[in-house]
Amino acid sequence: MGISVEGANKRFGDFQALDDVSIDVPDGSLTALLGPSGSGKSTLLRAIAGLEDLDSGQVTINGEDATGKPAQKRGVGFVFQHYAAFKHMTVYDNVAFGLKIRKWDKTKISARVHELLRLVQLDGLAGRFPSQLSGGQRQRMALARALAVEPQVLLLDEPFGALDAKVRKDLRTWLRNLHEEMHVTTIFVTHDQEEAMDVAGQLVVMNEGRVEQSGSADDLYDHPANEFVMSFVGEVNRLGDGFVRPHDMDVVLDPDERTEEAMVQRIVALGFEIRVEFVLADGSEVWAQLTRAELQKLELRQGQIVYLRPGTTKSFSGDSPPNGDGASTPRDSQGGDDAEVTAAA
Amino acid sequence: MNANPASRWGLRVLGLGYLTMLLLIPLVMIFYKTFEDGIGPPLDAITSPDGLHALKLTLLMVVIAVPLNTIFGVACALLLVRRKSKANPVIDAIINLPFAVSPVVIGLSLFLLYGTGGWFAFLGENGIEILFSVPGMVLASIFVSLPFVVRETVPVLQEIGTDQEMAASTLGANGWQTFWKITLPSIRWGVAYGIVLTTARVLGEFGAVTIVSGSISGQTQTLPLFVEKQYANFNSTGAYGASLVLALLALITLFAMNLLKRKEDA
Repeated sequence: MGISVEGANKRFGDFQALDDVSIDVPDGSLTALLGPSGSGKSTLLRAIAGLEDLDSGQVTINGEDATGKPAQKRGVGFVFQHYAAFKHMTVYDNVAFGLKIRKWDKTKISARVHELLRLVQLDGLAGRFPSQLSGGQRQRMALARALAVEPQVLLLDEPFGALDAKVRKDLRTWLRNLHEEMHVTTIFVTHDQEEAMDVAGQLVVMNEGRVEQSGSADDLYDHPANEFVMSFVGEVNRLGDGFVRPHDMDVVLDPDERTEEAMVQRIVALGFEIRVEFVLADGSEVWAQLTRAELQKLELRQGQIVYLRPGTTKSFSGDSPPNGDGASTPRDSQGGDDAEVTAAA
Repeated sequence: MNANPASRWGLRVLGLGYLTMLLLIPLVMIFYKTFEDGIGPPLDAITSPDGLHALKLTLLMVVIAVPLNTIFGVACALLLVRRKSKANPVIDAIINLPFAVSPVVIGLSLFLLYGTGGWFAFLGENGIEILFSVPGMVLASIFVSLPFVVRETVPVLQEIGTDQEMAASTLGANGWQTFWKITLPSIRWGVAYGIVLTTARVLGEFGAVTIVSGSISGQTQTLPLFVEKQYANFNSTGAYGASLVLALLALITLFAMNLLKRKEDA
């Protein structure tokens, strides 16, 4: 049950949007598809909805093969980044649209629409047009419209992407609560790792049309499968061959066998958190996340020589070698290594 | 925009002056000339059997050509915008042909096609008259007014995008329901403007219709042809009167659209 995608491929001209993607979304879960733009996450979501045809691969929704089915027969609720509000219809008619298509009778439609408008806290705005609503209200209307037809699965494509920070946070909490009440299998696409971790129980990290890793937020943060995941779900420093989180770096004033010499380059106060930037002896730059109290104790100043003691350092095996910008493929990096070897020889 | 008052006023005077010289004065002149000797002479000309027939025939052209071009125009715009194909630039160029080619040439080409020795001459030989009768005039009217609805609808379709249509399909609407309930209401003002332009063009068409109709009084004469005939026969009052009727018809079309739009916005 739930949603599963097997071996999905999709190509737009020269661009491989999906490269042999398989995912499993458990029934009733709230899953985030997380990745940078161009990673294929939206394409995958649209393929599940039937809004995009796959070149190959299979989509199964609640145990039923949906691969060739048109969107209108898949029983999915879809919420678009830019709301896709029916501009010429009132809020009421927007929400009632799917029910009218299903030829419900008028009194039943009216009861259902008002029930949903209460759920999304738009009761009393039924007669407004979308142009008279704020962004957050429009998106809640779009959600009510998608939920009206009792979809088997709910798909949200960057639903909060066009909203300002405050409204985003409110809607996140609201969506999480809504999911706890309704338990409809939900996938939502985002490029914001904080949003994904805040809302979803399960995350699927995508990059360049492939799934890099899936699991809970803790799994991904503590046991990233490769450097891409490590750097995408949180901040990361590179130390030699290893990677370390900035909050996992101790700054000490006396050297020992595990420390590395560094010069304080810049101290940035971000409220409670302090960001201290260093230059290492080999010229590379790293930063450490300190608290205000730690900074006061150390009395750091610009230009000072200190010693860094990294905590848990991760290094990744040859299958997924580190690639600093997250854009080059493993093969590219190996090519780079070869070049280095040649140069050294 | 913070242009200084002098240049702003200068621009306004220039723009209004240009419009006045080119459009307003000639139209006022027609109005004035028509009623120079009272309402009798122009009324006589318009209510003469030939005049009334010309009016009826012009309206018939509108009633046939406008709906056909509207249906074709919307379908064609959907094809151009929503179905990406390598043939699209070619279709796009062909649709613009009636704009590029002089109406007289369009009339002549129809004449060659349906006249003696033409590819479709057999129609006339078998009793289906095209030239010098209503079918030929309808063909000419459709031809010259074909691009308007397409041209006005394409940008609106591009602007509304496909999100609303996709949302409708995920809510269970099939293609036909999506078109009637979502697409058409979203593009209606583009289509309406196209219809107004098409109507105006059909009402006023002269060149192509002259060639294929033969301009036979009381038979194949539309209002513009009637105007020209009256003028050539030195009945300028009749010509002005008929011109005024033509102008009024166009104004009615414009006002009808404005009324609809205002009702909608209220």
